[in-house]
Amino acid sequence: MISPLMLRGLWAYRGFVLGSVKREFQSKYTNAMLGAVWSVLSPLAMILVYTVIFSEVMRAKLPGNDSSAAYSIYLCAGILTWGLFAEIVARGQGMFLDQANLLKKISFPRICLPVIVVLNALVNFGIIFGLFTAFLVLSGNFPGLVFAAIVPVLALQVLLAIGLAMVVGVLNVFFRDVGQFVTIAVQFWFWLTPIVYPASILPEQFWPLLDYNPMAPIIQSYHAILVEGAMPQWQRLLPAAVLAVLLCVLGMRLFRKRAGEMVDEL
Amino acid sequence: MGAITVSGLGKAYKKYPTRWSRLAEWMLPFTRQRHSLKWVLRDVSFQVAPGEAVGLIGINGAGKSTLLKLITGTTQPTTGNVWMEGSVAALLELGMGFHPDFSGRQNAYMAGQLLGMTVAELDALMPQIEAFADIGDYMDQPVRVYSSGMQMRVAFSVATARRPDILIVDEALSVGDAYFQHKSFDRIRQFRKQGTTLLLVSHDKQAIQSVCDRAILLDGGRLAREGRPEEIMDYYNALIAERENDTVRQAETGDGKVQTVSGTGEANVADIALLDEHGARIEVVDVGSPVTLEVRVRVNAPIPRMVLGYMIKDRLGQPMYGTNTHLKGLPLDGVAAGEEVVYRFAFPMNLGPGSYSVATAIVSTETHLVNNYEWRDLALVFTVMNMRRPHFEGSAWLDPAIDIQRI
Repeated sequence: MISPLMLRGLWAYRGFVLGSVKREFQSKYTNAMLGAVWSVLSPLAMILVYTVIFSEVMRAKLPGNDSSAAYSIYLCAGILTWGLFAEIVARGQGMFLDQANLLKKISFPRICLPVIVVLNALVNFGIIFGLFTAFLVLSGNFPGLVFAAIVPVLALQVLLAIGLAMVVGVLNVFFRDVGQFVTIAVQFWFWLTPIVYPASILPEQFWPLLDYNPMAPIIQSYHAILVEGAMPQWQRLLPAAVLAVLLCVLGMRLFRKRAGEMVDEL
Repeated sequence: MGAITVSGLGKAYKKYPTRWSRLAEWMLPFTRQRHSLKWVLRDVSFQVAPGEAVGLIGINGAGKSTLLKLITGTTQPTTGNVWMEGSVAALLELGMGFHPDFSGRQNAYMAGQLLGMTVAELDALMPQIEAFADIGDYMDQPVRVYSSGMQMRVAFSVATARRPDILIVDEALSVGDAYFQHKSFDRIRQFRKQGTTLLLVSHDKQAIQSVCDRAILLDGGRLAREGRPEEIMDYYNALIAERENDTVRQAETGDGKVQTVSGTGEANVADIALLDEHGARIEVVDVGSPVTLEVRVRVNAPIPRMVLGYMIKDRLGQPMYGTNTHLKGLPLDGVAAGEEVVYRFAFPMNLGPGSYSVATAIVSTETHLVNNYEWRDLALVFTVMNMRRPHFEGSAWLDPAIDIQRI
């Protein structure tokens, strides 16, 4: 899937990859007086809004859970992780188009671009999720050792996002409709996944349909870990894992086959 | 290290009749091909030896940029291939990917990393990069306050911070002020001395002739001609003038140089000679002696307004002096077919010792681009020798009257 040549190119350009990630992060704040503080403030504000509005103002409660914090944890667990997925896909679909100038003028390993996108998204996610974890600890809602189960779920989710981003990113160069379509599709996907609402409020006949949504079991795993402090149901993640691998293989094949032709279309 | 071999290189872009045809071609693998190929480069083969400097010329759209992109590897060839040995630095688009909000130094790091250098290497090179860019405190200011020349300086300094085995330069050097142009050309010359192979794309005659050992002319996506820079530049100039009509001819003269003649042929130079003060033909001229350049023009078809120009060039093809009868306010109006006109240009030969050539042009205005009746390169070759004066350097005779005061 990934050839040794690609890896060697990536290693040779590690300075460029890491530098790009750093600079993209910096570029958002270089001209702001508070600088990098904003990278903490804006996610903090988001967590605050969800917590205050939903659990305090609207008094929303999870069915079967009396804690007023439970719903805001439920909300954050889903929205933050979905945010990572959505960012990789959204940035991925434009990664080659946005860098058209660079691709046309300078010869460097193209595989750097998706790697930069993923690393960037992970950095952003790391900050916000770190804050969220701190909030869990401070508010006494930290689930304990089960928390470690997040890592494999997160890995699976990122893999799924990478696969999708690669496929969409390459296709978007040749068929610009793909990018437009995916932007809309991701919005629908968000609301078709139990993130803001619990799956139990759906009419029972829709429950089997959720099995066809690979993101549903992933998000539900986060809910299990962070809200209930329980292990996720691993076997339910299997279809998503298979899909993720398939998408990655397809994405890399597309990329390797079309990378040369891509520059001609930019 | 440093050899470039290009063999059978061709590039075609796929053209699909409609937006859906590509989808159809991808999805239905066993149907016919739905695209047509638009060739922009075809059957280009040449070799560049290690340490050689080759100039690439051609009008816009001749395929120069495509060829460079194929050589540097930004695009994939449709046919043929490119072999290169050693490290390559390409100055195709300087300042690419500079971020306006970052300082020159930060951008220098970014540009260096894009060329595959590591931070440690860049740390070591940075003092030298900074010194060469020579923009002082601006190095730590955001690039958005830079002039385009300053951006160029930083970009060039980074791109040439390490001596590559192969250096590819695309007209980038025409930007920047005269001082920096000299500086960057000096650096390129130094690289050449140390054995770097150079591939230079330029419309600038001076640049090609002063740096390159050989030139390649591209025309319509094909390699049209390959040879000494002087000869290729002459052919290229003639080609520009002759876009629409008629022929360009090149013929070997006795001494192995190639004479290029082009034009529509309403008039031609029947005879050209350099005469001394007694009216005798000479080929060797003493520095500072009075001479007359006599040009006999035969008119083959009526010409409403005829102008004769000439240019004296040194052995590298660099112009020494040129003028014409339009600039001198002496055009001839209403010249009839069958007429013969003799022009005599008298001047002192204030050139330094060396071999020189004279090119002539019979035109209607001050340039040969409107009506080019005849353009003749290397119409006459003569030698200037220093027979009576004390030794001096250079290609001009600017003898001073010297006054020295010891106080």
